Amino acid sequence: MEEKITGGEALMRCLENEGIEFIFGYPGGTIMPVYDKLYDHLDKLKHILTRHEQGAIHAAEGYARATGKTGVVIATSGPGATNLVTGIADARMDSTPLVVIAGQVGTNVLGNDAFQETDFIDITNPVSKWGIQVRSAEEIPDVISRAFFIANTGRPGPVIIDLPRNVQVELMQWKGYKKCNFIRSYIERPVPDATEIALAAELLNSAERPMIMAGHGVTIAGAERELGEIAEKGDIPVAATLHGLSVLPSNHPYHKGMLGMHGNIAPNVATNKADVILAVGLRFDDRVVGKVSEFAPNAKIIHIDVDASEIGRAINPYLTIHADAYDALHALLPKIKVNQHPEWIKFFTRLERFEQDNVISSQRSKTAEGPMKMAEVVNKVSEKIDADAILVTDVGQNQMNAVRNFKISSPRSVITSGGLGTMGFGLPAAIGAKFGRPQRPVCLFCGDGGFQMTEQELGTILEYGLNIKIVILNNNYLGNVKQWQKLFFKARYSQTPLVNPDFVTLAKAYGIEGEDVADSNSLDGAIERMLKSEHTYLLNVNIDSEDMIFPMICPGDPIDKIMLNETEYLDLNIEAL
Amino acid sequence: MKEIKPYTLAVFSENTVGIINLISIVYTRRSISVESISASPTAIPGIYKTTVLSYSDRETMEKVVAQIEKAIYVVKAYLFTDDEIVHQEVALYKVPTVKLMDEPELEHIIRKHNARILEITHDYTVLEKTGHTDETEALFKELQQYDIRQFVRSGRVCVTKDPVEHVSVFLAQRDKINGITN
Repeated sequence: MEEKITGGEALMRCLENEGIEFIFGYPGGTIMPVYDKLYDHLDKLKHILTRHEQGAIHAAEGYARATGKTGVVIATSGPGATNLVTGIADARMDSTPLVVIAGQVGTNVLGNDAFQETDFIDITNPVSKWGIQVRSAEEIPDVISRAFFIANTGRPGPVIIDLPRNVQVELMQWKGYKKCNFIRSYIERPVPDATEIALAAELLNSAERPMIMAGHGVTIAGAERELGEIAEKGDIPVAATLHGLSVLPSNHPYHKGMLGMHGNIAPNVATNKADVILAVGLRFDDRVVGKVSEFAPNAKIIHIDVDASEIGRAINPYLTIHADAYDALHALLPKIKVNQHPEWIKFFTRLERFEQDNVISSQRSKTAEGPMKMAEVVNKVSEKIDADAILVTDVGQNQMNAVRNFKISSPRSVITSGGLGTMGFGLPAAIGAKFGRPQRPVCLFCGDGGFQMTEQELGTILEYGLNIKIVILNNNYLGNVKQWQKLFFKARYSQTPLVNPDFVTLAKAYGIEGEDVADSNSLDGAIERMLKSEHTYLLNVNIDSEDMIFPMICPGDPIDKIMLNETEYLDLNIEAL
Repeated sequence: MKEIKPYTLAVFSENTVGIINLISIVYTRRSISVESISASPTAIPGIYKTTVLSYSDRETMEKVVAQIEKAIYVVKAYLFTDDEIVHQEVALYKVPTVKLMDEPELEHIIRKHNARILEITHDYTVLEKTGHTDETEALFKELQQYDIRQFVRSGRVCVTKDPVEHVSVFLAQRDKINGITN
């Protein structure tokens, strides 16, 4: 049945037709007609009012990463829109599906520097997957359906819709909503080439030291089962990128840990020993590759990626398969022969034990008195929290310690800012994750610096009565920058010491329970009280400012040149190798 | 050492607002100077072609192509060296008529360069020359002695030497997938 409705009303109907549950947003002048129509749709479209637009977009990212669904963000024009830019860039780097709708001044004054006008599409072009300004209300259903199709297919990413105010109030004929599933210039799901799949299988089947590198693409495509089966069938160890960490449970026998700068020793060293590497859904970030010319010198690399521009960007693979991780691994699985590589597996096991004995155990050990170590705290929380908890982190030492020490049991359980490294991501992302997965515990680790970048979102927690476990690993420093200053800038701590507020009192102002944890003797009790609480609970944990994150591969070094601590490098001639 | 030479990029896209911006940001991000750019509709309804000439190395340009193709409304982008295409530019020259009138060599110059006279007024004469950059440049140099007032050269346009029209083939495949039969 056709009827005349406003553009704002059409937008609401489109979002309902897309099955949207949550909108993360913040109203303002040019988006008011949309918010007025939203008022009539709140039974289906739940709006989460954050305390800053940046909070809204990181929350939408957290929601999208926890669920795989598209996060929806609405903000006003001008400052509302520009406050979203960091989150848009973050979502672009970390392949997170978002539909971002921003108000815009009326088309009659566009280009005149009107009040709260910014050229949002052009500002976001370099960091978005697609952006469009809607020029008439009639276009809205088509634009919205394209937006959702583009955001969450292929390599997911943020899509920007710029909605001038007059378009929101303009009347249009509502003819119903049709989901988009085809754009002729956009191939969202390339078909894997059968010859390439056969060649990949042949390479893996005949390899003596095969290895799988699993990235975010495996999770996005939902190919965890196929990946695990290939690993088991072919007896192939799996190393994960930061975003690939939850492709297999932490205790899965083939999960050999994390790649990269602060990754585990075994996968990094093994990369340079492997003869065939199956790299799935990762982009060979410079923090994973290290010195390009010395990366995986003995390996034929098979690179599977849905994004053609990532293939050959950072490294030159031996074989490329342009496809979605699921399609490629699904096709590959039956061609993988049952195989055994006992010596190669033992190589990993020896290095795992070496790292456990020489790095991890001391990091996790109980500090006798005074300020603690980050790894010790994360490990203790992980031991006590439900196994299906979702880990959310901010950026820096807190992040690397959290992902190294927190145990994961299911996919989509690590939510962190990888490519962009956005401080302030953690708290709002945890909020979004909780909306997406209300039944699962959500545990946030952040530093004292990053927490203060978006701490106003405690107000969002207050308003919606959320239950999030917040652990501030507080060393009164911008810890990771301090670490680099110590290692590379002669310990000149330029602008890294922080004078901090009383975080527990701050939380209390928002009606949030919390406590300071001064030393390891009070740690267990504090964690138990936090986990027992049915509400958000904040622990402000006293961390030693000298605590650093190791192992570490310095920027530009090959990935098997690994610092075990401040003074000692891994000896590549040790018996463990 | 990476070999720097001219590369012509032909970008076929849907006719939407902002395509040139999406193409140019890939160049600016890598600080590649664009020598010339031209855009126009093609023989295929709804499809536009943007031709960009720049100097760079092949490895960089291949990454540029991949990133440009990533834009949703870009259908295909192709990278060519000069030997793979037939390319052309057009140049216009505005010269004071009085200078030319007194010049016995003029006819010779126009003949030699195969230039055309587009307009003659009392004050000025407009010449046109199509060709490669070095050819239009050569005429410019010769006309400099006649107090040339304006000289302008268009962006490069090109057609491929390849017998297959890849864009048409690609679009036909896509239309077939979408269930459209023409």
